[in-house]
Amino acid sequence: MSTLEIRDLHVSVAIADGEEKQILRGGVDLTVKAGETHAIMGPNGSGKSTLAYSIAGHPKYRITSGSVTLDGEDLLSMTVDERARAGMFLAMQYPVEVPGVSVSNFLRTAATAVRGEAPKLRTWIKEVKEAMERLEVDSAFAERNVNEGFSGGEKKRHEILQLELLKPKIAILDETDSGLDIDALRVVSDGVNRVSETGEVGVLLITHYTRILRYVKPDFVHVFVGGKIVEEGGSELADRLESEGYVRYTKAAV
Amino acid sequence: MTTTTADARSQPGAGAPPATRSAALTSYDVADFSVPTMRDEDWRFTPLSRLAGLHDGSFVASGTPVKRSVAELPSGVRIENVGRDDKRIGTALVPFDRISAQAYTSFTEAFVLSVDKDIQVETPVVVDVGGGDLDGASFAHTVVDIGAGSEVTVVLDHTGPAVLADNVEVLVGDNAKLILVSVQDFDSGSVHLQHQRLKLGRDARITHISVSLGGDVVRQFTTVDYTGRGGDAQALGIYFADGGQHLEHRQLVDHSVPDCRSNVVYRGALQGKDAHTVWIGDVLIRPEATGTDTYEINRNLVLTEGARADSVPNLEIQTGEVVGAGHASATGRFDDEQLFYLMSRGITAENARRLVVRGFFAELIGRIPVEELRDRITATVEARLAEAGA
Ligand SMILES: Nc1ncnc2c1ncn2[C@@H]1O[C@H](COP(=O)(O)OP(=O)(O)OP(=O)(O)O)[C@@H](O)[C@H]1O
Ligand SMILES: [Mg+2]
Repeated sequence: MSTLEIRDLHVSVAIADGEEKQILRGGVDLTVKAGETHAIMGPNGSGKSTLAYSIAGHPKYRITSGSVTLDGEDLLSMTVDERARAGMFLAMQYPVEVPGVSVSNFLRTAATAVRGEAPKLRTWIKEVKEAMERLEVDSAFAERNVNEGFSGGEKKRHEILQLELLKPKIAILDETDSGLDIDALRVVSDGVNRVSETGEVGVLLITHYTRILRYVKPDFVHVFVGGKIVEEGGSELADRLESEGYVRYTKAAV
Repeated sequence: MTTTTADARSQPGAGAPPATRSAALTSYDVADFSVPTMRDEDWRFTPLSRLAGLHDGSFVASGTPVKRSVAELPSGVRIENVGRDDKRIGTALVPFDRISAQAYTSFTEAFVLSVDKDIQVETPVVVDVGGGDLDGASFAHTVVDIGAGSEVTVVLDHTGPAVLADNVEVLVGDNAKLILVSVQDFDSGSVHLQHQRLKLGRDARITHISVSLGGDVVRQFTTVDYTGRGGDAQALGIYFADGGQHLEHRQLVDHSVPDCRSNVVYRGALQGKDAHTVWIGDVLIRPEATGTDTYEINRNLVLTEGARADSVPNLEIQTGEVVGAGHASATGRFDDEQLFYLMSRGITAENARRLVVRGFFAELIGRIPVEELRDRITATVEARLAEAGA
């Protein structure tokens, strides 16, 4: 059973000309275990994506103190690809276009990297086809370039497709629900639930809306304001946020 | 991709305007041209000291001339070696610089590849150009003459060692359709200075694909001329410069006839110390060339420190009535966001870079209708990336 532990994370981001801006100032302590679903909710600019990117190892973010471990292993000392191979997955808020690289080539290269060996061609083709069908992704996407010209919703489904194929230990989903129509939201939620129901994956779901939480039931909800977790609770906390907003936290933070 | 880096320049509008270049002296006589110097606009990027004297007459004259051979000749296609007095020589091309004139003055026999009228040639005609040496200079002349209404793919595959200056005249008849792939893949130490002139008939179409991989110095000048309405030129280029290589590509697309199109797309990668590439894209739309539709773009991917890409698009429009006219140039390093995305899926930095470079060239390589050649180019690119540990 895998466990992701985040302790006292301080992160700054490189802005212009060697200047840095501190975004996470400690106060992020989080433990995500396989089989659990955690939701992180918080206002725009509060540092949610910063948290997600720092864990994945994006070069723009610098961790100034604190620790992140996966099953006791120090993630922060690993390169981006090592983290992924250790079992981390980040579905990005803004998936990146990679011109000239086809989805099928990309998926196979990624699966080969994460699994440590090239998947057998015949079973692989079937696996991809079935995963695409479940996510209602048209088979023509396999030959298109990664994220190039994809609509917002198509990009998000493509992220979940990768999640299903790469079978990580911990998945961080950064606003995967944003920009999805009602049907797509259900399709994507089903995908997340399939992954989570295996009991082998811990899910950290960053979201603005309780809409997705009707389909994906969180075990824990964390309220993220000003680079810190300011409150934690069960799924009832999400409902309260929906009706009251973040005012009481943002006021308290001032 | 970022638009500029410290050691890469993009200078839209710099240099001599296309009109000046198109009006440059043309002559068959070497003596009519002065010896190029670094102060000349057209030569300021070229390492003159590495041209084996082809530019100033100091070359060693005893080089083994390159040979042209075609392994498989489809019906309707003829090859001949002809004397200097053959009337097809000089129909498209008059030298406009000293090296081109030197080549014109010095070749002994010209190679002529001609295709009958109104035929479709299914198999590509691959011309092997090779068998030269590094001991002395070699000069050559080639005529490619495509009959009206015919469709064919021709490959000029330059390999082996050579110190070569040559001219290639290409005549594409009315309504004909030619895919011409020119591969510059001479051995290291080689020097290849070439002028290709493409002359299009009415409604003629050419896809010209220049692929430069090998040789110490490659300088290829490609000129496109139109003689009737409806001409369409796709001028595509792929180049990969390794440490110490100088790969230079210049084009002059001379729109002198109404209602013609041109599309210039050159992409290059560079790696290693003193790898240098130059792309100069001149497009001239003359007053009478109304209804012209043209676009030119050059992109460079600088893979390591110490490599330099010069890129200069020049678009000169002398009529207000164009369908479209644009240019772009971008030189940059790997896109960090792309690499991060790929690596966040477990792909190593090395493999991520390889995917990105392969992707950078994929579309252009895909335009080459010869599978073995596509595979060879891809393999060369991969081998170079592996070698550099990129
Ligand atoms: N390159 C940068 N330059 C300046 N500020 C930055 C940079 N990158 C991030 N920030 C700032 O860091 C803060 C946190 O950003 P982050 O993307 O983590 O927020 P978020 O909680 O994910 O917001 P949202 O809900 O809008 O996605 C924001 O104020 C943002 O403007
Ligand atoms: Mg965000």
